[in-house]
Parts: sequence; structure tokens; C-alpha cells
Amino acid sequence: MALLQVNALSKSFGGLMAVSGISFTVPAGVIQAVIGPNGAGKSTLFNLISGIERPSGGRIVFDGHDLAGLKPNRRAALGLARTFQTPQIFDSMTVLENVLIGCHCQGKAGLFGALFHTASSRREDWSLREHSLVQLERVGLADKANSPAADLAFGQMKLLEMARALAQQPKLLLLDEFAAGLTHREAEHMAGIIRSVRAEGVTVLLVEHDMPLVMSLSDTVIVMNFGEKISEGVPEAIQNAARVIEVYLGSGI
Amino acid sequence: MPEFLQFLFSGLMVGSVYGLTAVGFCLVYSTTEVVNFAQGEFVMLGGMMAASWFSLTGLPLPLALGAAVLATTAVGVAAEALTFGFSRKPQVLNLTIITIGLAIAIKGVAMMVWGKFPKDLPTFSGEAPLVIGGARLAPQALWIVGTSLLVMVAVRLFMDRSLTGTAMRAAAADKGTAALMGIPVRGLSTVSFAIAAAVGAVAGVISTPLTLTSYDHGTLIGLKGFCAAIIGGLGNVYGAFLGGIILGLLEAFTAGLGGSGYQDAAAFLILIILLLVRPQGLLRGTGRERIVKV
Amino acid sequence: MLRSDPTTRVSRWLPLVAFLAVVGAVPAVSPNAYALNVLGFIGINVLLATGLNLLMGYAGQVSLGHAGFWGLGAYISGVLTARFGWPPLPAAALAVSGTCLVAFGVGLPTLRLKGHYLAMATLGTGVILQVLFVQCASLTGGPSGLVDVPNFSVGPFEVRTPLQNYYLIWSCVAIGLVGALNLSMSRIGRALNAIKGSEVAAECAGVPTHEYKVAVFVLSAAYAAVAGTLYVHFINFVAPEPFGFMGSVLLLTMVVVGGIGTFWGPVIGGSLMTVLPEYLRAYEGLEVLLYGLILVLVMMFVPQGFASLFRWLPRRAIRGA
Repeated sequence: MALLQVNALSKSFGGLMAVSGISFTVPAGVIQAVIGPNGAGKSTLFNLISGIERPSGGRIVFDGHDLAGLKPNRRAALGLARTFQTPQIFDSMTVLENVLIGCHCQGKAGLFGALFHTASSRREDWSLREHSLVQLERVGLADKANSPAADLAFGQMKLLEMARALAQQPKLLLLDEFAAGLTHREAEHMAGIIRSVRAEGVTVLLVEHDMPLVMSLSDTVIVMNFGEKISEGVPEAIQNAARVIEVYLGSGI
Repeated sequence: MPEFLQFLFSGLMVGSVYGLTAVGFCLVYSTTEVVNFAQGEFVMLGGMMAASWFSLTGLPLPLALGAAVLATTAVGVAAEALTFGFSRKPQVLNLTIITIGLAIAIKGVAMMVWGKFPKDLPTFSGEAPLVIGGARLAPQALWIVGTSLLVMVAVRLFMDRSLTGTAMRAAAADKGTAALMGIPVRGLSTVSFAIAAAVGAVAGVISTPLTLTSYDHGTLIGLKGFCAAIIGGLGNVYGAFLGGIILGLLEAFTAGLGGSGYQDAAAFLILIILLLVRPQGLLRGTGRERIVKV
Repeated sequence: MLRSDPTTRVSRWLPLVAFLAVVGAVPAVSPNAYALNVLGFIGINVLLATGLNLLMGYAGQVSLGHAGFWGLGAYISGVLTARFGWPPLPAAALAVSGTCLVAFGVGLPTLRLKGHYLAMATLGTGVILQVLFVQCASLTGGPSGLVDVPNFSVGPFEVRTPLQNYYLIWSCVAIGLVGALNLSMSRIGRALNAIKGSEVAAECAGVPTHEYKVAVFVLSAAYAAVAGTLYVHFINFVAPEPFGFMGSVLLLTMVVVGGIGTFWGPVIGGSLMTVLPEYLRAYEGLEVLLYGLILVLVMMFVPQGFASLFRWLPRRAIRGA
């Protein structure tokens, strides 16, 4: 069964149809890419799936659950994690504490435990910290665990977002232009992490502009333009499809 | 019917003053994203200076009024230049708190210079009230509403048509890019304060003959003006004025029908309801700060 | 791997413990009634500022109406004990729970707003509360206030002297400070900080942002209500004047001047903004002018607040492992 099913999803802003009746599925365990020119609706699509925007029409089914009306934090609890095009880092905290936010759903200590620093809340915190350190080791930031997150370089911030998303132990990972702003080496490093994540059974849906990276990384590719899906298939097929070339390069070439 | 008209006239008059104050807020917010809590004090200063100079020096009324507006403008410029210009961390929250401090400081100076007793100005064209439909309308009220409308239109035209006004709107939309385009963002901030102070002073000068003025007159007017600006849609000059009128009418009818103690509460209650139902205001503002989506 | 639980490390707790020890010892050194009274007011302001700092500094939400909740706590306690003869402890319980209920009702819809809009909604709430304090004169005594509010007492123990009030107030402040420190180190405290950093990212990571914002709003109102109860039994009187917009601005000043989001900020800010008016009390207009100037100058030159100047104290409320 597909992990994610998107049925006739649309979103309009005023009169503008940012996403227009798009349908596709994401099977479990694959790395699937969404590509398309700027303004094609890719970011809106991600915002609809993660719950930041409410659709004007259509349905999203994730892991058998209809996501209609569910707030983003509930979707996170179901196993959905994402990163952002511009890294959303929590400036006032350390690197480790940023990752700990990813563990939020795994904790249970409430306000009482917080205010009175109960033994059970302390134990829980300890195990969450250990779990977070493991994620930092995975992305290679473990030595910076106690540094202020605001001091990180741009590439490191993207790694931090990845660690935070992985801390959620997600079933589906949404990556919004993970390579944007990264050097070639950093992007390759990130791609390696993504491959290892997939090897552990996490499904990945990513938006990306770097074509060679997309083609080498993904199992399937969806092409969007003007809010619609215009093509879908394995990377080699997409590279050659005439329509795709037309969309990116314009007709008449 | 006469009662209704009476409330209507009263509301339009008070609303015009709120509207002008709101326009002042609008100007500064449009250019700097800062809510200028000293706007109400500019209104107070205009009225105070005019009243004080008129009675002390025997200047002809129009000169006293003009001098008061000019002096208040100077205060506005000095206040902005000396504080915003030298701040180590010119972020919106800090700058907003600076305006709160300026408002308090100006109030303190007013207390020291002019004492606590209210001051007044003579009406511009006599006292004899006009009687319309059984309700009495003071001629000064016509001055208030008329001048306010004129000033509002002038400000809007300035923002839309003049080079400076357009530059101000650009700086509000994207400070960084505007600066890269060569727009003097710092200077525009000062200009916005200058105009806001002038507009506020005019509001003070035209309303003092009817409402009197005192050192603490500005605080509540400032708050209501800010209220009106949000009702109309922060960043929209016509909306701010409209918000002021609505607020004035609301107050007049609440005071007339329900007793004068509750009018302030009514104004803010309407504001809160409006914020929850239509946060972008009645007319579309710059719309940059919206409801949190989740 | 982690060396030890960072939240129980001595370095975290030592400054607070030392501070509280000093607070406890002060009356032995300086039992002057006037000083004890001022220190009592400082305690009430520190409690208020700490509560507001939870909302503004930890969670990043603005409130320009916080003094209204302080007044609500004070008036409920005052009216129940002075007009209806309730014993102070149950009256206090009702004051705190009642204020929390009102805060919940206000917070639920308005905390969906952001920035200036939230500030305006909270400002409006404060003004509406103050108008109610004035208008419900049969209960509250109207503009001239409510007199003859009894001292705080539990059973036969009455809190009468400045010394007793001092210890009562500062015991509550101690609990409040400990709670704030615990909160800052907890999962919920981190979540609040995340909301301040990027609400969208926090929500997508699993933090129920709206619920938490409402919870911290209610918590800060609880701090204010306790401060209100202490206040009304301390001076045996309550009037509407301190609870309006200017009162809320004063609380905001305490938090910002002290250092928003820091642990010691509210303590520094609360102390400073209590002591300063005491010195300036004789010079009315001048007092107001100086208060305004201080606000301006601190925001210009020490925008992070005074707590940021003391690097040897725990500077940020949230620190690393």
C-alpha cells in the first residue's frame, strides 16, 4: 500500500490556482522527487502535505490516515517530518536542544513535571538527549552539540534541520530543496545521509532543482508545472521526455 | 431623531480626531514597521503649545496654531533622530518600546512645563451653534471634520503621488532592497515621524477649542488612534481614517445610550472582535502581519 | 555521551540558592520597616515580571495588558475578604483560579494572532478589565478603591508586620523562581523557546503550538494573580489605577530592561523599576520624564537588558547540556 496518497489536491490563493488537481502516490521505502520550474507549486504542495496550508479541494491520505483538518503537529505524531528551504533554526537554543525539539512527540512530561522537575521527567529528558546525540552523530555535528545554534554555518544549519527531522523517527521525510545554498561536497554529504536514511526504511519525498543530484538520488520523479502534474516516471524517462524539456527550456529549441 | 443626530455629530467629530491620529500611526508604521506610541503625545503637544502661546504672547490665533504645528514637528524629528538614529539594536520591538519611553518622557515634560490644569483655545469661528434637525452642532466641529478630511487626502496623495511618498512605501515593503536601490531608509524614517507629528499636532490644534487639552490628554487618544488604525487595516491611510470615524461613532452611541464609563471598554471590545474575525482590517492594509496559520 | 544530567548540576542551581539565602538573611541585617516594605514591593514586582517573562521571553508572545490580570487577582481576593468576609486562603485560591479561567478564555482566541495584533488584543483586554474595576463600583469601590482589606491569614496565623509580609511574599517569589528555572530546563520550556524561534518549524516538529501558547499565557496570569493577592493583603487596599495600560507598560519595562528571555532579567528589572520611583517620588513631572528617558536610553544602549551585562550569571534561560 502506498505510504502517501494525494488525490486531486488543489489550493487556490484568491483567484490563483497554486496547486491544481494533482494526484500521485508515494510507495513506502522509495526516494521520490518533485521537480518543476519556479512557481510550479512545489512549495505549496509541501505546505499542504505538512499541514501549514489547508487545501481548497482534494484529499491527502498518509499511512492510512486521512489528513483532512489535522494540524501539523498531529501529522508529525503520525510520522511526518520535514525540512525547510531556508533552515528554520531555533536561535536561542543550542544545537542539541534544537534536535531535542524533534523528540518532542516522544516525551510525555507535562506542565506539572516541568514546573516541579520530577524524577520521571528528568529520566525521560536524559533518554531523549541520548537519542538526539545519536542523530547529531549521524549528520556529523556531534562535536557542536553544546554550541549555540545561531553560530552554525549555513550548510551546518541544513544538517541540523536534518538531524531534527530524523529525531522524529519519521515514516515519511519531506525535504524542501535540501541542496539549495550548499557546496557540491556538502550536497553530496547530504545525499549520502538521505541514502542511509532510506536504507533504514524511511520514505523520502524531496523537492529539488539540482538535476544531476535528483537523477542520481531518486527512484521516481514527478514533474510539476502551473500547479499540475505533467509527467511522472523513472529519472531516465523524465530526462528525455519532450514535454519536460519544453517546460524547462521553452518550446522552439 | 434629534438625539440620534446629536450622537452622530458628536461621533463624527471625535472620530475625525481619532482618524487623524490613526493616519499618523499609519505613516510611521508604513515606513518603519514600528507602532509609534508617542503619536498621541504629538496631538497633546500641538494643542498645548498653541493654547499656551496664544494666551501668553497674544499672537494672532492662526500664527499660534501654525507655530504649534511647526514646533511639534520639530519635536517629532528630534525625538526620532536622537533615538532611532543611535540605537544599537534597531529591531522593531526595541524601537517600539523606545516610542513608549518617548511618550512617557514627553508627558513628563508637559507636566513640568505646563502643570496639570487643562488649557483651552478659542474656537476658530465663534461659538453660536448651528441647529440641524433638532441637534446642535458647534461650528468648531465643522472645522474639525473638514480639516481632518483635507489632511487625510493630502497625506494619501503624498504617499501615492510624490517621490518621497513612494520611496516611503518601498522602504516599508522591503527595507533591504530599498536601501540597495539607493533609498535613504534612515532619512525616510525621520520624514515619516515629521509628517506624523505635524498631522498629530493639527489634530490637537483643531480639537482643543472643544475638548480642552492637558498633559495626560494624549495617552488615551493615542491608544484609540492605534485602535482605529488597526480597525481600518494597518498601513492604509483611508482605512485608518475610516477606523477613526467608526470608533468615534461607536463611542458616541455607547456613551449616549449606555453611560459614559463603558465607552472605552466598548471601543476595545469591538477591536478585539474585529481582530479575531477579520485581522487584516476593514480595508486592506499592507497585510504583512497576519494570523498564525496553525 | 552525556557526562551527567545537566539539569541537576550544581552550577545551575547555585546562583538561585545563594540569592534566596541572601533574601532570607536580609531582615537580620536590616530590619528597618521602611526597607522591608520596599523589599516587599520588589518581591511582588519580581513575581509579576517573572510571569510576564515566561510569556514574552520564553514563548515570544507580546502582552500589553498583563497588569489587568494582576488587578483581577487583587480585586477578587480583596472583594471576597473585605466585602464577603471570606478567609484569605480560599479567597486567594478563587482569585488565582478565576484569573486563570479568564486568561484561558481570552487567550484561546487571541493567541492565534501575531505581533502587533496580539499586542493590541491584550492591550484591549487590560483596558476592559480596568474599566470593569472602575464601573462595578458596588463590588469594587469604584475609582476610589476598596478599603479595609484584611491581612493575609491562615487559621490563627496572621501576616501583620512588614517582616511577616516580607517572608510571605518572598516565599511565593522563591516558588515562582524555582518553577521558572525548572520550566526553562524542561521539554515544555524548550518547546516554548522553539515557538519563539520559528513557530512553523516547531509545529511541524510536533509541538502543539497553540495549546502551549495558551498554557503559558494562563501560567503567567497565575503568577500575576498570586502577586495581586499578596499585594492587596500587603497594603490592605486596592484601587484601579495601577492596573491599566501604563501599569502594563511598567511590567513590560521591567522585563525588557532586565533582559527579556533571561532568568535574572525579571529580578533585576523588577528591583530597578521599584526602587527608582521610590527615589523620584518627590518630583512628580520629573519622575515621569526620567522614567521615560530611562526606558529610551536602556533600549538604545542596552537592548538585551541588564542581565546580559552580567556574564557570570546564567545568562540565557535556556542553556546547553
